[in-house]
This record gives sequence, C-alpha cells and structure tokens, in this order.
Amino acid sequence: MDKAVTIATNVGETSGIINQQQGESLRQSTAAVSRSLEDFTPEQEYYIGRSVGAVVLTKYPALANANAVAYLNLLGQSLAAASDSPEMFAGYHFLILDSDEINAFATPGGHVFITRGLIRCCRTEDALAAVLAHEIAHIQLRHGMKAIEKSRMSEALTIIAQEGAKSFGSPEVAQLTHAFGGAISDITNSMINKGYSRSYEYQADEAAVSILERIGYNPRALIDMLSAMGKHIKPGGTDFAKTHPSPENRIAELEKSHEKTFSTNGKTPLIREKRFKEALISLLKTPPIGKR
Amino acid sequence: MPLNGIMSPFFPKEDKMKRHVFLIIWVVLLELMTVAPVANAQQTMTVQVKEGELRATPHPLGKIIGKTLYGSKVTVLEDSGAWKKVAVTNGNMKGWMHNSALTAKKIALKSGQHDVQTSVGHNEISLAGKGFTEEIENEFRKKNKNLDFAWIDRMEKFNTPDERIREFIEKGGLSLRVEGGKP
Repeated sequence: MDKAVTIATNVGETSGIINQQQGESLRQSTAAVSRSLEDFTPEQEYYIGRSVGAVVLTKYPALANANAVAYLNLLGQSLAAASDSPEMFAGYHFLILDSDEINAFATPGGHVFITRGLIRCCRTEDALAAVLAHEIAHIQLRHGMKAIEKSRMSEALTIIAQEGAKSFGSPEVAQLTHAFGGAISDITNSMINKGYSRSYEYQADEAAVSILERIGYNPRALIDMLSAMGKHIKPGGTDFAKTHPSPENRIAELEKSHEKTFSTNGKTPLIREKRFKEALISLLKTPPIGKR
Repeated sequence: MPLNGIMSPFFPKEDKMKRHVFLIIWVVLLELMTVAPVANAQQTMTVQVKEGELRATPHPLGKIIGKTLYGSKVTVLEDSGAWKKVAVTNGNMKGWMHNSALTAKKIALKSGQHDVQTSVGHNEISLAGKGFTEEIENEFRKKNKNLDFAWIDRMEKFNTPDERIREFIEKGGLSLRVEGGKP
C-alpha cells in the first residue's frame, strides 16, 4: 500500500502535477492514516476488552446466579453465531450485573454485561434476545474500538510496528502501557459516560434486527423492549437515559425502515416463554437493591 | 523527462487542471488505502483467534472436525460466503473457517511458540506477542490495583458447547439461516 502511494506520488512529482513538497506531505499523511483501527488484531482487542470489562466491574458488581447466567450465555452464543462476527479471539461471554440501573456494556474483547434492571424491561426471550443482539452489534460494528482517540492509536501502533524488535525494553513497555491506559479510558468514557453517537446506536439497532431475523426471533421484540424501557427509564438518570437516544427516538428510527417487518405480531412459542421464566424467575423476584 | 513529454499535451500548465489532477491522485490513494489485504484461492492465511475451529460445513454451528492454534498457517482451498475451506499447513486437517478467524497479515509469535517468524518486514504490522498483550495488561494492573479481573477471568471460563447451542435453537423453534450451508 505504501509502495502504491510512493509510486503515485512519484508519478505526480515527475509529471510536474504536484511539487516535491506536496508529494512528501502526501506520503507522510497516508502513512499516518494507514496506522488505524484495522492494525489492531483480535488478540489486542481482547486484552483491551478485558481491561474495559474490569473497569465496568468496579462500578457494577457481578450477579452470581448460575441458572440465569447459563441461560444468558446460551442465548448470547446463539445470537453471536448469527452475527457477522461470530469469531472473537477468545469467544463471547455474557454476565449479569447486580444493579437496578437500565444498562448494558459490550467490550471489544467479546465480554457482554447486562444489568438486572435492563433484564426487567424484557417480558420475553425474544425481547432479551433483542437487547443482546444490540450489544453484539456494537462489537460487530467495532464501536468500542472506534472510541479510541486517533492520537492514542498512533502512539500505540507506532511502537508496535517497530522493525526488528521482538520484545520491548522498559521505555517501550511504559509507553505502550500509557497508550493502553488511554485507550481503556477513551472506551469506558464513551460507554459509561458520554454514550456512543446517535448514529452508532441506530446502526446497532439495525444490525440487531438482522441478527434476530437470521435466527428466527421476532424483530418486533426490539420495539416492544424499547417501549417497556421507555416506561422505566428516568430522564436525567445515569444509565441508558444518559448514554442512549430516547426509546421513542429509537423506535421511530426503526419504524422508518422496517414498516413491513414490524407489522406482524407473531406469538412467541410456549417453549421460549417457559424457559425464559424458569431461568430468570429468581432474578426478577429479587427486590431492588434499595429495598433489601 | 519522458513522462513530461507524454503528459504535457494533456495537462497544460493551468492551476485549475493541476488541482483537478491532484484531487484525482488523492482520491485514488484513498481508494488504495481502503483496500484490505485479500487472500486468493491457494493463498496462505493465518489463524488469528486463540483456538480456530475447523468445521465440516460453512456454518457457525457446523460439526467441529478439528482445531488449530493461534498463528497456525492454512492454505485456502475454497470460498463460500463469509467462509473459507482451508487445509492446515502442518498436518492433514481440512475444514471450514469463518473469515473473521483468519487474516492475510503475518503473525510473528514470541520465541518459544510454534511457527516462530524470525523477521518481520518493514511496514508489515507484526501481531501476536507485541503491543497490547498480557505483559501490558500486567503493567496496567500494577498501576490500577482497584480493577476487578477476577470476574473477567471467571466469565471467560463460561463454556457453552455447540451441542447445547444447537439444542437451544432447535427447541426454541428457531433456526440459524446462514449463506453457504446447514449445520
């Protein structure tokens, strides 16, 4: 790629179309741009994801309910298989967070977290599938990685790309750790505080519909779940209220492009209702933290 | 310059034309930059996931007929949708792998691991064993002792075998439609 850039700019210079200075600056800027998101490997994204997940777990404790978590992983793995990114470095793993907040997080390493509060907004397995599909879509669309500031990426990738170095000395390790910390901070800041852009959220909703359709869940369940969320979510809250467009806006956006898809109101098979309730009953019966 | 001679009838010395051509060069370069390394049939690719699964069919729940490790080299035999039929370079195994498990880039492993590459060319971004790895995570953890990795390690051990996923899908009245094949 750099060779092609060099040839093209040399041709440009030789024919007098661009001068040498322009040629040089073109070559430099394309070299900088080519060190981008695509240069991170799944393994590196996995390690980034681990630390992002560890940050999430400092804010929300894990819920140790074996039945519920096993069910969540079965559902989640089925949906991941239906996504465009079924293969993560170490696979996908799902965990419930013991919080009444309405929240969910997905790391670039395939770690997906969902709060008890958000599970409560789901009346059916299809609705929960819609939530997980949306989180998987964020991973598929690399939204977490895209939250990393360009300067951090350059900082890290410049060191990583050093020719001939098979292992790093202390100065490089320190620099990489610094860049790593910055990357973690960029991602968690987006995920937990600012939220992704509206367009990222709408993209994830769109991709979630595709995932649901591919496996046979009722895509309407996403709309139903958003409606339920709309009733529970408090404007000004620190959860989804802060980081996502309103459920009403998300529904409107989906209905714009999926009139036919959402017009059918299929009945959920009994088996799905049954196993959803069985797995989550103890979870949903636990009183909210404030009332324990 | 020969090139000048050829080009000059077509590009008279006007600023407007120069800018126009400059723009074209820039657009072409941008196009080139967005082209990712592509593997042709019979080309070598490398496994970029921890444990690569070879399946009998091009389906995410196709029967697993073999496994390969991170950094293993494979030869591409066939393409089908988002899947590639590959032959593992060191051994007899053949099977289908999803595109996201493979890369056309080179992977340089730490010495001590199999398939060690002793040189990585300039501008080839080296991968495994460098950059954001376990070593960097450990350094990061030293500086951030409040972070909870215990549950990260625990959740990564949750194992959901394919047979259980297939059963979950079938019993739930669902079915995974994927371009290229049935499970």
